Amino acid sequence: MKPTDHLPRTRWIAALALGLLAACARPPEPEGAAAGATTSITVKGSDTLVQLGQRWAELYMAAHPEATVQVTGGGSGTGISALINGTTDICQASRAMKESERVAVKEKRGVDPVEIPVALDGLAVYVHESNPVPSLSVEDLRALYLGQVKSWKEVGGPDAKVVLYGRENSSGTYGYFKEHVLEEGDFAPEVQTLPGTAAVADAVAKDPNGIGYGGVAYARGIRLVPISKEKGGEAVAARLEEVESGRYPLSRSLYWYTAGAPSGLAAAFRDYALSPEGQKVVSEVGYYPLRVGAAAPPEAPAQGGAASPGTDASP
Amino acid sequence: MPRRRRLETLAEGAVAAVAGTVVVAIGLIFVFVAREALPLLTDPAVWEEARPDRFFALAGEAPRSTWQPVSEDPRYGVWPLLVGSLKVTAVALAFAAPVSLGAAVYTSEFAPPRLREFLKPVIELLAGIPSVVLGFFALLVMASWVQDVFGLQYRLNGVVAGLALGLAVVPVVFTVAEDALRAVPRAYRDAALALGARPSQVALTVVVPSALPGILAALILGLGRAIGETMIVLMASGNAAILSLDPTVSVRTLTATIAAELAEVVFGGAHYAVLFFLGAMLFVITFGLNLFAEWWVARLRRRLAGLA
Amino acid sequence: MSAPPSPALPSLAAPRGARDRVVPALAAACAFLIVAMLGIILGMVGIGGWERLSWEFLTTAPRNGMSEGGIFPAIFGTSFLVLVMTVAVIPLGVTTAIWLHEYARPGALRTRAIRLAVHNLAGVPSIVFGLFGLGFFVHFVGGGLDEFLYGGQPVYGKPGILWAALTMALLTLPVVIVATEEALRAVPDDHRRASLALGATRLQTVLRVVLPQAVPGILTGGILAVSRGAGEVAPILFTGAAYYLPRLPTRVNDQFMHMGYHVYVLATQSPDVEKTRPLLFATVLALLALTFLLNLAAVLLRVRLRRAIRR
Repeated sequence: MKPTDHLPRTRWIAALALGLLAACARPPEPEGAAAGATTSITVKGSDTLVQLGQRWAELYMAAHPEATVQVTGGGSGTGISALINGTTDICQASRAMKESERVAVKEKRGVDPVEIPVALDGLAVYVHESNPVPSLSVEDLRALYLGQVKSWKEVGGPDAKVVLYGRENSSGTYGYFKEHVLEEGDFAPEVQTLPGTAAVADAVAKDPNGIGYGGVAYARGIRLVPISKEKGGEAVAARLEEVESGRYPLSRSLYWYTAGAPSGLAAAFRDYALSPEGQKVVSEVGYYPLRVGAAAPPEAPAQGGAASPGTDASP
Repeated sequence: MPRRRRLETLAEGAVAAVAGTVVVAIGLIFVFVAREALPLLTDPAVWEEARPDRFFALAGEAPRSTWQPVSEDPRYGVWPLLVGSLKVTAVALAFAAPVSLGAAVYTSEFAPPRLREFLKPVIELLAGIPSVVLGFFALLVMASWVQDVFGLQYRLNGVVAGLALGLAVVPVVFTVAEDALRAVPRAYRDAALALGARPSQVALTVVVPSALPGILAALILGLGRAIGETMIVLMASGNAAILSLDPTVSVRTLTATIAAELAEVVFGGAHYAVLFFLGAMLFVITFGLNLFAEWWVARLRRRLAGLA
Repeated sequence: MSAPPSPALPSLAAPRGARDRVVPALAAACAFLIVAMLGIILGMVGIGGWERLSWEFLTTAPRNGMSEGGIFPAIFGTSFLVLVMTVAVIPLGVTTAIWLHEYARPGALRTRAIRLAVHNLAGVPSIVFGLFGLGFFVHFVGGGLDEFLYGGQPVYGKPGILWAALTMALLTLPVVIVATEEALRAVPDDHRRASLALGATRLQTVLRVVLPQAVPGILTGGILAVSRGAGEVAPILFTGAAYYLPRLPTRVNDQFMHMGYHVYVLATQSPDVEKTRPLLFATVLALLALTFLLNLAAVLLRVRLRRAIRR
């Protein structure tokens, strides 16, 4: 190496790097819930809902090129804490907000959270396709997941040990199952918790003795078990009509939450999601549209009371 | 030329200051991870929900040694997670240590030069596989093989996660151990051969013992890597917090717990603080391991030097 | 380890007794076991992903709930991340290495402290970096900036590329330091002495004589750091990675999609396992191709460098 003029060149590079940093670190225009006519909003929360939110965002933005809708997942809890902390405009949740969380929103944001049911979901229970068990009652499920029943034989299946699969405790699915099936009991420690619906479905598809729960999923090798409300009662499959009519015992509303009534783009996006067009997307993605009455975009922000009639979702 | 000297001094000061940020950084890491865990001690509401004195309790009313953070009665028993981490790490090392040491001995002692030139970079390439890819491979492919081969009840378990983790540990141990073996002076080998020792004797009784400090350093580095790895265990271990010494059941590790649960928690709540506590604990464990390794290896080196 | 002796056994000086054959054979079996496993992983990913991997796959965004389309936003996000990371880590790492090798007194307390810190930094679990990034960069620095500049509105106090990149820079710092130092070691001392003897100052010597020769080493470090940055997921889980973004990130406080995280998402989240699988394999293949090419480049550079040292 000739010791030529490397110093000036080094200086050049340094100047370039500094300039680059400065250009990058330019303070961006503030965005977020407070600004009125925003062209960009974030939607965050439930992994169950992220597919749906993403699809809505894709289609909405195709029709409104000036708008940006950012959809991210992470779990209902993530979305709710983001709403509390003001880092998201719309929070997607597959469970209803807890009282403590409502209080936290009020405290930190100064307004009450507004609940908007956007779709229905049937919580499916999957078993391996070779598993002959004809149906399960909610009671059976509880006994299985509390760890009280350990063999398939006791719930009408073959003589084999049950392998339990479930979702991470950050998911709304976990919360719903715990509240409505386990009646707030604790999951047995043996439940293998996997970080997504696909992971659960895939695990069950490869495990002849496995059982899992989650959103309605598609995978070769799994079968959705019909569920009955009471032992010996009529078992109902997770089908559109059954979920819509509320006969399927494991259905729930999926929600959006905003801090205060949505305005600007958030309101427009909500109207789109609740419109017949938006609700059509719901069934395309694999969930169930709100009943026809509730699907019209309401003028006033939907309150908790308007929650999807016909489901036993949440208080 | 006082101006020039001033520039020199200034430059040296600046360079030294930048170098110092590494120390600052490691301090900051501990301080800020621990800071987020602090409410455990200072906030009465958090204390009420997650009492640190119960984290390691083994008995008590209701089984305290369970990890059940989302519950009417949240329990933050750390034992299942700690044992889970150790179990997976043990499996990983049981697999990776002999294999990578064997490979290191082969490449440094027995392989013909051309083969060595091929083997070393190729094995080091294993380090270029992102851990999420190893996790993916373990979840989709390896889990079924392992279940079939060993006839295990759980498809995702400590063995699968441990073996996949082992793949991540292999290049770490191999590289450092091989360097240590190569660093043994040629003269040792020649002397032993001249005395009539056979090549395998030379390798096992002369070269390996001389390289022992480096080999130990390699193993401890691998150990640290195994304890701290996240994505592989998150995807392949099944994540059930069972307190058991059996590696063939599903396990939940410290790292996977943090990765899976932190997204959910409300900032500043008890659960949040506990997860940061786990992080601080991981930091202390790996930091301690490193310091210990450093001290131990230095001591061994001195001793070997004394003997030689 | 009962694999048969490999065909590539070297000729040993007249092996006497079974032990002399067993030891090298076992050792060789270990080496080839590792190579075989590497081959199996690469083969399965290659076969599974090749079919779907196409130019279109690399240049389009995911569609239809990730069951169709490509991974362009993830490639873009990864590039953005590693660019910002490199800008942060290279000056910091190179300067630290220069101090350690050119200025520091070996054995001094300060030198030992910094070396110890570098070693320990390399041993900190990646998830702890993620926690640190969240606690320090996002909440403390970002939150502080927001209090100060934007009256508490979340602009920087939320996960974004800048914070993820800085977290990643810290994680890859030891890689750059070690590689740079190795390169500095390869520069013959004669060159330094010659430069100093000609009246050059220490700074001039470092900048004009030593550093230019160390460029391949620095490059190696940079490449390895980039490869880590493209594949590590744990540090960015809480500091900026997003599941899906409809628009490419343009600012440093935007969230981003990332190839490693995308693999995780596709492997665990999609509701339609069968439809996603080909995409998953193709994404893994693309990620592996990227990190492998980077690592290969680094390994080759390093081999050349090590030859230079031995000379």
